[in-house]
Amino acid sequence: MRELLTVLITDFFSVLRDVAPVLGVALFFQLVFLRKPLPNPHRIFLGFLAVVCGLYIFLIGLDMAIFPVGEAMAKKLAHPESKKWALLFAFCIGYTTTLAEPALLAVAAKAEEITAGGLKSFALRNAVATGVAIGLGIGVYRIFSGDDLWIYILVGYIIAIALTFVAPEEIIPLAYDSGGVTTSTITVPLVTVLGLGLAANIPGRDPFIDGFGLIAFASVFPIITLLGYATIIRLTSGQKNYRR
Amino acid sequence: MKNFFRLLNKSFLDIAPLIAIIVLFQLFVIGEPFPNPVKLGLGVFFSVFGLFLFMRGLEAGLFPLGESMAFSFAARGNIWLLLTFAASIGYTATIAEPTLMAIAEKAEQVTKGEITAFSLRNAVAIGVAIGIAIGSLRIILGHPIHYYLITGYFLVMVITTFAPSEIIGLAYDSGGVTTSSVTVPLVTALGIGLANSIGGRNPLIDGFGLIAFASLTPMITVMGYGILVL
Repeated sequence: MRELLTVLITDFFSVLRDVAPVLGVALFFQLVFLRKPLPNPHRIFLGFLAVVCGLYIFLIGLDMAIFPVGEAMAKKLAHPESKKWALLFAFCIGYTTTLAEPALLAVAAKAEEITAGGLKSFALRNAVATGVAIGLGIGVYRIFSGDDLWIYILVGYIIAIALTFVAPEEIIPLAYDSGGVTTSTITVPLVTVLGLGLAANIPGRDPFIDGFGLIAFASVFPIITLLGYATIIRLTSGQKNYRR
Repeated sequence: MKNFFRLLNKSFLDIAPLIAIIVLFQLFVIGEPFPNPVKLGLGVFFSVFGLFLFMRGLEAGLFPLGESMAFSFAARGNIWLLLTFAASIGYTATIAEPTLMAIAEKAEQVTKGEITAFSLRNAVAIGVAIGIAIGSLRIILGHPIHYYLITGYFLVMVITTFAPSEIIGLAYDSGGVTTSSVTVPLVTALGIGLANSIGGRNPLIDGFGLIAFASLTPMITVMGYGILVL
């Protein structure tokens, strides 16, 4: 009971801390400078309330259902002798947490809306989730091998930039956006436990340098997979643009 | 009512793969039963309902707010006001971000105070502020995003070669941690609203991309900070 109460309170403050500053700035500019009444202010207020309560309930649910078990699991798998399972775990967690990531759901829904369904939300999220899965898999592999982090990331960005020249123009901003969106609410807690655990259990690794580096992988590889996916679709279907 | 269940089911399908993976790993790789199935079921129900509320709220609240503010900014035609707004949103959304605070504390401990948590957080937040402001300017000017991104990542590569090695991983991570589930929809709606309120723009090409800038510029400011203090 006490444990549940602690979860309820910490989750509430983490959501509040996420929301309050941004909302404050938006309201300040709206009231002081723009002074133009918002269309349907009641609906917007209710919507905002739904976003905040929704995120809060979502986090409580995850805290009850999977975070404790998932984190214990990540800790257990973070050993040199369970290398295969740690790699598979990173891959699967990367894919599934990204599919459920609220920020990505928001961007993908918006993209589907403005293309009138020409770009499907699921197709976008699937491509991005595959990228996070591959990225985290490679990231965990790197912690085992001990190679320099920045070489991997730079090669990743070089591939992304090269693909930018061949990918359809309309997908480029979305692809680079998706790199920043993938790691917000769910992915970071599970992945950080795995990275820190691995770095602590493998001799010669620095928890600080090796443990945190996984987030960088989850930001580069979705760009590559989404650009690649869009290029292949464009080449095979010959469709000119996403808007109908 | 039918719509309600359809959307609830959609949220369930978004979360189901994650639950399935955790349960499968627990049963077959760890080889232990799931500790508390009742808690699991209840948690799944809560997270599905929460995600459903969040998605409804986006449509009703965050998206219209961002878009209508973008229209108002465009109507006023004061570019500096818009850029100040963009930078303020970027700075405030980042400075109190929980993940960033945790990483910054850790960085201060590890470097024995050479990097301070406060200044590292500021380096990241200033980076995000600059990024969203430049991104908004690009939407107004209607420039293709490639030039900005390629220049940006080229700068990242150049600075990486002479940045102190302790700061590099930190800098690369800071690009990804700064974007929370509330900031992203609001900033996305702002960009699309701006692109829509200027004639002849394609919202896909011109409206998206603000988050991309917000993840790029902090890498540069954090490495710059590292060069200064380390």
